[in-house]
Amino acid sequence: MSTETFFLHAFVYLTAAVVAVPVAKRIGLGSVLGYLLAGIVIGPFVLGLVGAEGADVMHFAEFGVVMMLFVIGLELEPSLLWRMRAPILGLGGLQVLITGTAATGIAIALGLAWQAAVAVGMVVALSSTAIVLQTLAEKGLLKTSAGQSAFSVLLFQDIAVIPMLAVMPLLATGHVELAGDGHAAAETWISTLPGWGRGLAVLGAVALIIGAGRYLVEPAFGVLAKVRMREIFTAAALLLVIGIALLMQQVGLSPALGTFLAGVVLATSRYRHELEADIEPFKGLLLGLFFISVGASIDFDVIRGAPGLVAGVTASMIALKFAILLGLARAFRLPTDQALLFAFALPQVGEFSFVLLSFAQQEGVLVASITDPLVASVALSMATTPILLSFNERVLRPRFGTRVAEERAPDVIEEANEVLIAGFGSFGSTVGRLLKSQGIGTTVLDHDSEQVELLRRLGLKVYYGDATRIDLLETAGVREAKVLVLALDDPPTTLGLARSAKQHWPHLKVYARAFEWRDAADLYEAGVDHVYREALDSSLRLGSDVMRALGFRAFHSERAAQKFLRHDQESLQLLASYRGQQDAFISAARERIASLERILAADLQEPDLEQDAAWDPTTLIADFGSISDSRPPRPER
Amino acid sequence: MARVLILFAHPSLERSRVHRVLLDALPSDPGLTLHDLYEAYPRLDIDVAREQELLLGHDVIAFQHPFYWYSTPPILKQWQDLVLEHGWAYGSTGDALEGKTFLSILSAGGGEAAYCAVGYNRFTVRQLLAPVEQTAQLCGMRFLPPFVVFGTHRLGPSDIAAQAARYRALVEALVAGEPDEAERERLADAITINGFVDRLVGAGT
Repeated sequence: MSTETFFLHAFVYLTAAVVAVPVAKRIGLGSVLGYLLAGIVIGPFVLGLVGAEGADVMHFAEFGVVMMLFVIGLELEPSLLWRMRAPILGLGGLQVLITGTAATGIAIALGLAWQAAVAVGMVVALSSTAIVLQTLAEKGLLKTSAGQSAFSVLLFQDIAVIPMLAVMPLLATGHVELAGDGHAAAETWISTLPGWGRGLAVLGAVALIIGAGRYLVEPAFGVLAKVRMREIFTAAALLLVIGIALLMQQVGLSPALGTFLAGVVLATSRYRHELEADIEPFKGLLLGLFFISVGASIDFDVIRGAPGLVAGVTASMIALKFAILLGLARAFRLPTDQALLFAFALPQVGEFSFVLLSFAQQEGVLVASITDPLVASVALSMATTPILLSFNERVLRPRFGTRVAEERAPDVIEEANEVLIAGFGSFGSTVGRLLKSQGIGTTVLDHDSEQVELLRRLGLKVYYGDATRIDLLETAGVREAKVLVLALDDPPTTLGLARSAKQHWPHLKVYARAFEWRDAADLYEAGVDHVYREALDSSLRLGSDVMRALGFRAFHSERAAQKFLRHDQESLQLLASYRGQQDAFISAARERIASLERILAADLQEPDLEQDAAWDPTTLIADFGSISDSRPPRPER
Repeated sequence: MARVLILFAHPSLERSRVHRVLLDALPSDPGLTLHDLYEAYPRLDIDVAREQELLLGHDVIAFQHPFYWYSTPPILKQWQDLVLEHGWAYGSTGDALEGKTFLSILSAGGGEAAYCAVGYNRFTVRQLLAPVEQTAQLCGMRFLPPFVVFGTHRLGPSDIAAQAARYRALVEALVAGEPDEAERERLADAITINGFVDRLVGAGT
């Protein structure tokens, strides 16, 4: 492909996404349907802007699914995954087994040879990880029990694809020969190994991912972090994902599975949020591209040729899968609204089915007259998912499940803390330690990887990351947080972050560290309500201790410092309101300094200032010194 | 011998006319501890454990403070609220202060005659001190009537010096030994301890 056509295609795809997705979201259809429709529109059957290369694009864009599973893995700590083993194996296993068997049976009843029927059964058993997870995440439903169950099933299916691909050649009626994995494995050196060697290679690859994730990636990223170049970190994150995908293909495992595994291993890493934020935009774009290419690949010629057949196959696949899913959901004791959500989320046939179908055709298990309408039906079924979920959401859920909030599963993937601390040097760590001592959950982000290392060794939950990145704050849970503490040691960065925090998350209470009064005035001007000049309290404490050393009473020194602090704060706010007006500003500053001097001088000369008048005996003596003990002095009327 | 602890509370000692002179008159004696609360806790953040340890190490506990609004300055109220813990100072297991002697040492602006039914303060100092007396009582301490420097607004330097001498005598007598049962009997209904200082000094020597 020449550069020019590449740009042209990029232009078409991006325009389609930029136009279709906001429109679809506005209408309430969700981004996935928007992408799919955009794909149909630019595809060969409407505008014809993209054509035969659509399939290549889809193959490339499948990498979005790989990245999505990496990101999902990052949010799944190993302990959480271990707790999900029952739904993954039980629910997922039963779903694949029952759906596959039922579809096989129906295919046999319709007159297919049993080998072809088994292939069809495997195709129908799978659902679309990309569409389901993207749609559920967009609607904020991933953390519901239905969302978690759907995730378990999808995870099992992604694992099940591998043996399915391995079995496919065995079903070929002509040549029965163990061919291992489908597309990639055929050319790799691994396929030349005997069976046990291949098994060892697979185990070795998995062990390599876990071991490297645990012992190699952290220090490597630590070194890269010290370079302090964001793009290098991003490049390393991409390198990690692509490297794992390649490795998995070499040994004939699913790249998605490998990156998911790597994600889980890195879920406890301090670079987790940073990795997530780095991969997220690529994942989003590639997934969008993937959905568009699915839309573009829908073959309307086949549909036009046999509309009844395609519609019938699509409808019956969805109905069959829906019924089985609903039954399983009830068997696994999901409440009605969650069971419906679960069943409406997963009844489509997924992207891996395209792979299975083309592989089956290539191996001679299925003939084109069967695969063509099936491919069309699979694509159509994917397009129905957002519609079905909207139907469930708008029509059914109001009747069956009103208590969405109560049904939420206790397992929450992300930690949602009330307080987010940006910057964990001596300032931020003091704040964090105080809050921790009171049992207040804090999520901490710091850009100094050595500091993070140290704090983590001390048992604190600190994440490495550049807190000035909005996306990183998002992944760190800023939406759920109530308070953002800005404890960075760089005033311009603090100010910028304060501004964008106020703009993006108006609900957030921002507490900011400032250095001199100029920074503080800037922050007040930016709308931050709570500003703390870092040296102020300690310098006043030092000052009052000096007073004590010189013989002043401790309580007097303490109150003098407090009075000074209050006055200084008032001055600052007054000065902040004069910013920009040079003359007024200077005269106001002079006035405040003069008045402070006056007050402090007066404090020493005349002791009856403010609240201290109560403790001054002079006026009392004047009043009470010469009266009788029977009647106190009172104002004369 | 008795170990005497004076819990002193004056928010503005640098302006005080009476208490500075009183403190200057204190004997230096290993049996006497002066604990200046506002100096120790300018932020009113009382260290409860330290205070309780101090109490355990003494036999006579005295509050010394100006009689602001017929009561203690705020830090001493804070001290009572935090240090006299349930289960430690009172309640079914609170016996830490059992049998210790308690008294207040006060300065009052009004004259002695102002502190009676026909005076403008309408109550005696001991009546007004009822919350403190009852607090001591509930903690199992043996209450002595207060030592009061009356009419401070009218006292000249020589008057104050004379009061300081009596204050010193009282503290020395307490360090020498707590009042015996007969003396406590005589003091039981007294409004102040002022008139008994000479007797106490005599008994101690």
